[in-house]
Amino acid sequence: MSHISSKGLYYTIFGTLIAMTVVTVAIARIDLGALNTPVALAIAAFKATLVILFFMGVKYNTPLTKVVAASGFLWLIILFGITMGDYLTRAWIGFPGR
Amino acid sequence: MTHAGNNSGSYLDAPHGIASWLLTKDHKRIAILYLISITVFFMIGGLFAAGIRAELLTPAGDLFTADLYNKVFTLHGVVMIFFFLIPSIPATLGNFLVPIMCGAKDLAFPRINLLSWYLYLIGAMLTLGAVFMGGVDTGWTFYTPYSSMASNTNVTLAALGVFIAGFSSILTGFNFIVTVHRMRAPGLTWFRMPLFLWAMYATSLVMILGTPVVAITILLVGAERALGFAIFDPRVGGDPVLFQHLFWFYSHPAVYIMILPGMGVISELVAAVSRKQIFGYSVVAYSSLAIAIIGFLVWGHHMFVSSQSIYAGLVFSIITMIVAVPSAVKTFNWAATMYKGSITWESPTYWVIGFIGLFLVGGLTGLFLGAMGLDVHLHDTYFVVAHFHYIMVGGGVMGFLGGIHFWWPKMTGRTYPETAGKIAAILVFVGFNLTFFPQFVVGYLGMPRRYHAYPEEFQILNVMSTGGATVLGIGYLLIVTYLVASLFKPRNASANPWGATGLEWDIPSPPITLNFETEPIVTEDAYNYIGRAQKAREN
Amino acid sequence: MLQHHFFNMGQQLEASVLGMWVFLVTEVMFFGGLFMAYILYRSMYPDAWLAGSHELNEMLGGINTVVLIFSSLTMALAVRAAQVGSWMGQVVNLILTIIFGTIFLVVKYFEYAAKFEHHLVPGPYFDPARDPAQQLYFSLYFMMTGIHALHMVVGIVLMLIILRMAWKGRFSAEYYGPVEVSGLYWHFVDIVWIFLFPLLYLIGKHH
Repeated sequence: MSHISSKGLYYTIFGTLIAMTVVTVAIARIDLGALNTPVALAIAAFKATLVILFFMGVKYNTPLTKVVAASGFLWLIILFGITMGDYLTRAWIGFPGR
Repeated sequence: MTHAGNNSGSYLDAPHGIASWLLTKDHKRIAILYLISITVFFMIGGLFAAGIRAELLTPAGDLFTADLYNKVFTLHGVVMIFFFLIPSIPATLGNFLVPIMCGAKDLAFPRINLLSWYLYLIGAMLTLGAVFMGGVDTGWTFYTPYSSMASNTNVTLAALGVFIAGFSSILTGFNFIVTVHRMRAPGLTWFRMPLFLWAMYATSLVMILGTPVVAITILLVGAERALGFAIFDPRVGGDPVLFQHLFWFYSHPAVYIMILPGMGVISELVAAVSRKQIFGYSVVAYSSLAIAIIGFLVWGHHMFVSSQSIYAGLVFSIITMIVAVPSAVKTFNWAATMYKGSITWESPTYWVIGFIGLFLVGGLTGLFLGAMGLDVHLHDTYFVVAHFHYIMVGGGVMGFLGGIHFWWPKMTGRTYPETAGKIAAILVFVGFNLTFFPQFVVGYLGMPRRYHAYPEEFQILNVMSTGGATVLGIGYLLIVTYLVASLFKPRNASANPWGATGLEWDIPSPPITLNFETEPIVTEDAYNYIGRAQKAREN
Repeated sequence: MLQHHFFNMGQQLEASVLGMWVFLVTEVMFFGGLFMAYILYRSMYPDAWLAGSHELNEMLGGINTVVLIFSSLTMALAVRAAQVGSWMGQVVNLILTIIFGTIFLVVKYFEYAAKFEHHLVPGPYFDPARDPAQQLYFSLYFMMTGIHALHMVVGIVLMLIILRMAWKGRFSAEYYGPVEVSGLYWHFVDIVWIFLFPLLYLIGKHH
């Protein structure tokens, strides 16, 4: 809890975040086909992870904090995964006339 | 530590006056504020229930018009679920006992705890406002597109009330989680915690992970109605079934918000009345967490007939069977705890046995409904109504009343007449079964829910139901009467009237404002009844 | 500074930090419902999403992203200043954080105003020439960015309170919980925007 990061670390993280913003805007102009959204999301997730680990200090925090921080995202996956599991499997069943 | 009667430093005596209560940060006083408010809402919800039963006494829809009946059952559901059941045990017994059982002086965030009560009140007042402005008729589920496009009743106001009350629930859960993690007394390891604490912890997980989702969903319905936005609107391609997914993502786990605390209460009571350590303590503790977590994976069993994919339905059906396992584990372990225990026939004993019986029926009929094929027949019939009342009233309310009877001397410093307590428990048990068991039958025979009229062949079963509801109502009124009457008598409760174990029984009744004179140190496992009895014999 | 119901400062700080994290989990789930609707409808109506996204001003969205990253940096530095007991560091960085937050909201205001002008607000005044499914996109756009902006407003108010406390010299190496906890909230709001920017503004820019 009492960990104090150096200013240098914060400036490095800041620089990386700005750079990744430029990258995501630039890469949006290139057509990657099916990978367009996954790449944009991967960059966003990377930026979010940097903020969580260093600006929010989870890297230096107790295991409990790490579990709590992770649980929110785990439950999002449950919500998204199961709901989309319904929508994506609706067409699997055949019916007369199709 | 046996201060019988007046210990003037108690939390009830410390500053008097309305303001000292309305601005209190003491978790025990907030528990009392909650207790008074949820009792009022239980009575309001009960009045609507009485209206429903009176209408269904005869096959013709003669007492209420169809529109009025829609409003009556909607308000019964909204008030009972959001303003009674969900806060019932957590906000009253939980608020009172969680810090004491942890050996702490208060919850981690006392101001937020008070804020939670005010949010509850504001939410409740807005919903009551919707009642007085003409009511709501969507059912407690607020299904779209009826709620967002068709209904011309006060949906927005009622939904806003539920939205705000949701935050009160989130704040309660959030406070409990931090308190259990960070404020336990020295020596109180996780596996020495009373099972009530485990249950409250599991409940809090559901509150903080599920409630925000229903909050945003209700907000989206509000935005459709008030701002003309389109989220679930089929005219522009929106999907009303998405509402059901988001709604049940919370509202199925919300069933566990209502039943897990009841299970926690019963675990405390069953050990106390059997004078034994809970059989399989750690398994019961883990089963609370298992219910909370697996409970998040089964919501689609409310949507078998909603156009949901049959493959998703299959998975939901299987997981529904799995979530029954930890509930069964608890039930078996309670029975095993009572087996060869030194059972004392005090009023809490009656509530324990009543709870186990009713919860058993409710749980097993849940398996019927979780079976996808059977649900197609039983969906939206009175079978469903009977099932969830067995869980929420048979489980939730029996647990709540059992807990109130058990901890009443601790909370108020007064005892109530034991005989009256036993009679009330029997009345509630009998009245409840008479009300809801016929509904299984009438539902199986095909009577749909949410109609004010029905075919004549269903009348006998409905008359039984209404008769049972009358007995049930008398039982509840009896409880209110003798508990309120006890408040006008001098304080006569000893510190530990049941001879129970637990930190709350080591402090005076009623407790002092900061609970403990000195920080307690825990040196034994929970429910060390046999160990204590041996020690007493040796002395 | 030590509230009566805690036994020591360490317990108090740990409780408040854990409390904020638990609260942020509820915030994640709160926004989660919106993202759920976003995922479903985008998979159902990819063309409406493309067309909707073309109406957003990528430049303004990008500027706001950079502004928020700046504010997160100053926020982190403000917490650090409190930890090392620097009065100047706290006050300067908190003021900068508030300024960046305000710039964000001003930019957002101009963006919203443009949407009103172009009849892109869902409801009866929505441009009838457009595919109706775009109403889903713009409804979600307004709900997501609107609730995010509301969180920014709350964050700025919080920062003003913290600034006032910092100005009075309330924080030190021993007691800096409120700065740290409000910082966690501020960073969370930034993270939400980190996801909103590519998901709302950057769809199909290669066309």
